[in-house]
Amino acid sequence: MPTLAHYLVLSAVLFCIGTAGVFVRRNLITILLSIEIMLNAVNLSFVAFGRAFGSADGQIIVFFVMTVAAAEAAVGLAIVIGLFRHRESLNPDTFTSLKW
Amino acid sequence: MTLFYVFAVVAVLASMLVIAQRNPIYSVLLLILSFGALSGLYVLLDAPFVAVTQIVVYAGAIMVLFLFVVMLLNAPHEDTELDEHVHPLRRPGPMRVGAVLAVALIVELGWALTRAGSQAGGDFPAAAVSSVRAIGRSLFTAYAFPFEVTSVLILVAMVGAVVLARRDSGPSVPPGA
Amino acid sequence: MPAITPLLIAQLVIIVVVFHALLLSAAAMVWVERRLAAALQQRLGPIRVGWQGLLQPFADVIKLMFKEELRPKAADALLFALAPVISATCAFAAFAVVPFGGETTLFGLLPEGMRLQVADVNVAALVIFAIASMSVYGIVLAGWSSNSKYSLIGGLRSSAQMISYELSYGMALVSVLLVGNSLSLTDIVNGQAGAWFGVIPKWFVFLQPLGFLIYMTAGVAETNRAPFDFPEAEQELVAGYHTEYSSMSFAMFFLAEYVNMVTVSAVATDLFLGGWHGPFLPASLGWIWFLLKVGALLFFYVWMRWTLPRYRYDQLMKFGWKVLLPVSVVNLLVTAAGVLYFGG
Repeated sequence: MPTLAHYLVLSAVLFCIGTAGVFVRRNLITILLSIEIMLNAVNLSFVAFGRAFGSADGQIIVFFVMTVAAAEAAVGLAIVIGLFRHRESLNPDTFTSLKW
Repeated sequence: MTLFYVFAVVAVLASMLVIAQRNPIYSVLLLILSFGALSGLYVLLDAPFVAVTQIVVYAGAIMVLFLFVVMLLNAPHEDTELDEHVHPLRRPGPMRVGAVLAVALIVELGWALTRAGSQAGGDFPAAAVSSVRAIGRSLFTAYAFPFEVTSVLILVAMVGAVVLARRDSGPSVPPGA
Repeated sequence: MPAITPLLIAQLVIIVVVFHALLLSAAAMVWVERRLAAALQQRLGPIRVGWQGLLQPFADVIKLMFKEELRPKAADALLFALAPVISATCAFAAFAVVPFGGETTLFGLLPEGMRLQVADVNVAALVIFAIASMSVYGIVLAGWSSNSKYSLIGGLRSSAQMISYELSYGMALVSVLLVGNSLSLTDIVNGQAGAWFGVIPKWFVFLQPLGFLIYMTAGVAETNRAPFDFPEAEQELVAGYHTEYSSMSFAMFFLAEYVNMVTVSAVATDLFLGGWHGPFLPASLGWIWFLLKVGALLFFYVWMRWTLPRYRYDQLMKFGWKVLLPVSVVNLLVTAAGVLYFGG
C-alpha cells in the first residue's frame, strides 16, 4: 500500500523536475510550464496530507492553488505575448536591456 | 499499489520529457499527460472532486490557453545556435553545487522512504471519504472569505491579461472630441 | 484477479453493447439526418441503397474506407494521426458514465439488480464535463497539425467557441445539480420518478425550463452543430479543421461529432427529461423510454440544422459571452434562491 511517504517523495521529485526546468530551459513558455509542474507537485502534497490527517482542508487548499495557478498562467502568458511582440524571440537571454 | 506506481512513473516520465522536449507543442501535450496521471493519483487518494477539477481546470482550460499562445506566437523551437556558447549552468561552479544538492536530495528521499513504518510517514488511516458535499460546506462557511477573494483575483487576472496582451491601438481619444 | 461472477460478465457485456450501440447510433444518425434533411427540403434523399436507403451509411463507410489516406507533407505526423483519435475517444468515453436504464436483473440471470450504466461514479456529472473539455484538443490539434491556413483558422475558431460555451454548459449543469441535490446521474434520474397530480411527470425540465434551453444551446455549440457550425462552414472555410483529412480519419471526426450529439442528448435526457422513467413500462424496460427521449432530442438537433441559418463567428462569440453566460448565471441564482426557499 502506498504510504504518505511515497506520495511525498513523488511530490518532491516532481517539484525538483519543475525547478530544474525553470533553471535550464531557455524558452519562456517552457519555463511557465515548469512552474505549473511545481504547482502540481505541491497540490499532490496537499491532497496526500489531507488524506493522512482525515480532513477535507487539503482538497480545499488545492482548489485555491489551482485558481491561483490559472490566474498566474493567464497573466504570465499575456506578458509573454507582449514580450514576443517586442523582440520576436522567446529566449529569456534576449531580454537583458536592464542589465549593467 | 501497482496502480500508484503506474501513475507515478507516468507523471515523472512525462514531466521529465516536458522539460527535455524542444518542440513547445509536445511539451504542452506531455504536461497534459502528466496532469492526467496526477488526476489518477488523486482518485487513489479518495479525492474524486479534486481529480475531476484537475482535468477540467488544468488539463482542459489552462493547457488550452498555453496551446493557443504557442500556436499564436508560432513559438520557434529553441535555437540551437544560441546554445553554442556554454550554458551558464554548465560551468564548473554551478555544476558542483548542483551535484552536491542532487546527492543530498537522493539521500533524503531514500531516508524518507525507508522510514515509512514510523508515525510521521505511516499508512493512511482507514478511508475518510470526503464527499463533495463536505468540501462545499467547508468552502462556503470556514473558507468563505478566501473563496470571495479568489473571485476578485480571477477578475483582476482576466482584466490584466486582456490589457497586457492588447496591441497598442493609437490614441484613445478620437480627434475632435 | 477478480472472481468471474455473472455480474462481471454482465458488466463486460454492457461495455461491448454500449460501444456497439454508439457506433450503430452514429450510422443511424447519418441516415436520419439525410432523410430528414430531404423531407424538410421537400425532396427524397437516399432511397435506393437497401430498403428506404437504410444501408446508405454502410455504403458511405465502405466508400470512405477505400479512399486514399492522405497526409500533407508538412504536417506533423504524430499530431495529425493523434487528433482524430482524441476526438473519437473522448466522444465514446463520455458515455461511460451515462445511465440509460433502471435496475434490471436481465430476465432473472443475475442474482441482484444491476443498473444499465458502464461505470457508476458518484461524480458522474463532473466527469462528463471534464471529458467534454478534453475533446477540445482533438480539434485544436487537427487544425494545427494540418499546417494549412484553413485548418488552423477553423481549428482555433472552433476550439475558442467550444471553451466559451463550456461556461454556460457548466452553469446550466450546476443549476440542475442544485435541484437534483446530487452529482451522481443515477440519483438525479431517480429524483425524477413519479408524477405530480398523477399526470405531469416530475421531470426537471418543468422546474428548470430556462436551464434546459441553455443546456441544449450550449450542447449544440459544444458539438459544433448548426447554427453554431461556422468553423465547419463549407462556404467559408472549405471544411475547417478537417480540410486536410481523408478516408478513415475524416470518418473518425464525423463519428466523434455524431457520438457527441448522442451523448449530449443522452445527458440532457438524464438531467432534464427523467431518464428512463415513463408510464406503462416496468423499470427494467425503461431503456425503451430512454431511447425515445434521446431520439426526440436528436430529431430537434437535425431539425435545427436544416432550418436555422448559421451564426457568423463574431455573432456566435458575442452570443455566448454576452447573452448566454449572464442568463445562465441569473438562472443559477434564481435556482439557488428557489432551492433555499422551498427547502430543497
